[in-house]
Amino acid sequence: MDAFWIILTGILVVASSSILGCFLVLRKMTMVGDAISHAVLPGIVLAYLFSGERNSVLMIIGAAGIGLLTTFLIEFFHKKGNVQEDASIGITFTSFFALGVILISYFAENVDLDQDCVLYGEIAYVSLDPLLIGNIEYGPKAIWLLSFVFLMVLAVIIPGYRSLSLTTFDPNYAQAIGISVTLWHYVLMSLVSLTTVASFESVGAILVVAFLTVPAATAYLLTEKLKNMILLSILFGVLASVLGYFLADYSNGSIAGAMATASGILFGIVFLGKRLYNRYHRLTAVSQN
Amino acid sequence: MIQQVEQPLIEIHDLTVTYHRKPVLWGIDFTLPKGIIAGIMGPNGAGKSTLIKAMMGLVPVGSGYVKLFGEDLKEVRAKVSYVPQKESVDWDFPASALDVVLMGRYGKLKWFQRPRKADRDVAMDCLKKVGMEAFANRQISQLSGGQQQRVFIARSLAQDADLYLMDEPFAGVDIATETAIVELLKEMTSEGKTVVVVHHDLQSAENYFDWLVLMNLRLVASGPIKEVMTKELLQETYGGKLNILTTVTDLLNKQDFPIREK
Ligand SMILES: Nc1ncnc2c1ncn2[C@@H]1O[C@H](COP(=O)(O)OP(=O)(O)OP(=O)(O)O)[C@@H](O)[C@H]1O
Ligand SMILES: [Mg+2]
Repeated sequence: MDAFWIILTGILVVASSSILGCFLVLRKMTMVGDAISHAVLPGIVLAYLFSGERNSVLMIIGAAGIGLLTTFLIEFFHKKGNVQEDASIGITFTSFFALGVILISYFAENVDLDQDCVLYGEIAYVSLDPLLIGNIEYGPKAIWLLSFVFLMVLAVIIPGYRSLSLTTFDPNYAQAIGISVTLWHYVLMSLVSLTTVASFESVGAILVVAFLTVPAATAYLLTEKLKNMILLSILFGVLASVLGYFLADYSNGSIAGAMATASGILFGIVFLGKRLYNRYHRLTAVSQN
Repeated sequence: MIQQVEQPLIEIHDLTVTYHRKPVLWGIDFTLPKGIIAGIMGPNGAGKSTLIKAMMGLVPVGSGYVKLFGEDLKEVRAKVSYVPQKESVDWDFPASALDVVLMGRYGKLKWFQRPRKADRDVAMDCLKKVGMEAFANRQISQLSGGQQQRVFIARSLAQDADLYLMDEPFAGVDIATETAIVELLKEMTSEGKTVVVVHHDLQSAENYFDWLVLMNLRLVASGPIKEVMTKELLQETYGGKLNILTTVTDLLNKQDFPIREK
């Protein structure tokens, strides 16, 4: 049963993050995803201090709010302060992350969060924290939370698909026909923040970046249609979490780490496969002439 | 020479735009009538793209205002179509030529609506108009520069607007296609539509445009092309560069041939 919950957690994390990742990759914003995933830390710690429990609604809202603040500050320093975008990202998220680290070490006794959990997550223990209503257990809390976030992502991305893709491809034109580029930017960033926060406990701040980036980048290599890219990235994400689980089970290592590794391996295979395929086709084309 | 018109379709009043406190448009003030093809010309960095962007509300306006159809842009957005400079987007985006042209229909749909068969038909038809129907399903990064430009023109046509603002729509487009598209635009103006085109080629300008706006940071001239295409005004726009001067002289000589008079 544990295996089932762990794999399902992994699948829910990668499903949300690969969908969002496609838009981040196409907007050349994966580093902003990275920044958000680190910057939400103080929000998580503070919310945890106030509410005294993990996975609380307060925690989600607090951390997602800080995620949005991060994207806003990155834009602000870049546009208004004339700071280069990558420098602006570096300044913003490291400051927030450092603040989070200080908070954790300062309130160490009150907070049941340690640096390891923050960085790598504790997916192995998801089933230890079930949702209790009355005396009945309704499965792990993390599953409920991640399912909720996944449904949110779908509820926004499916109807907003055209607006998001147009503001990604040609923001000037989108603005010209009356689609708000700023609105959709922040909608996307809110979803990234939510996903990051919700995935945080299970896979940690570093690995969620892998899931935001790698499946989408792998899918990008294989298709010329945005819709297929999104579907393929989910497929690669799911494959990576299943493979990762068994890899970890076999090697007795970190599960979240193995899932991220598996997605890296899938990327490598697709990348090499595509190069070989191209070379083979070039050779046959030459030999036919 | 600045000729104002009664009941203008486009009215630009005392428009100033600055980037980082540096003015790039200064006190631009002109009006354009309905049903014409107007050219906007001037050297690189003259502010032509900025002027179009200001008309589309894409850059913050320092002072002055733009009125289209006598109203603010947001009241008439559905009637206005914009063709950005091709370099402003990343063509590696995973979409086909038809997908991009379909984007021209998004303005008519609610944000959650899917394009219908009718929208697809319009998009396909517009690809035909620019001679790109054979490339409908081609991924856009696998099109040539000129073909990408034609896809942008098709997207704008798919909007079925009354006013078209096009930023260098012919950059990299071959001369046969360019002529065909200009014919199409002329046909559209005869149906009462208005087209504004940023253009770089002085030779063809005379045949393409009814009206000409010359600018270089400030407005130099605006009026019927026959009256604006003069040596003095072109010199004022482009400065006294030698090659320009000879081009101007050529043009003026050509104008003297009675055969070019209609
Ligand atoms: N985003 C920007 N930030 C700062 N300055 C800008 C920006 N965009 C344009 N400029 C400056 O504004 C001036 C006008 O630029 P614009 O792009 O409008 O010229 P243009 O007439 O369209 O030129 P071209 O013929 O090369 O397309 C130029 O001096 C340019 O350097
Ligand atoms: Mg320009």
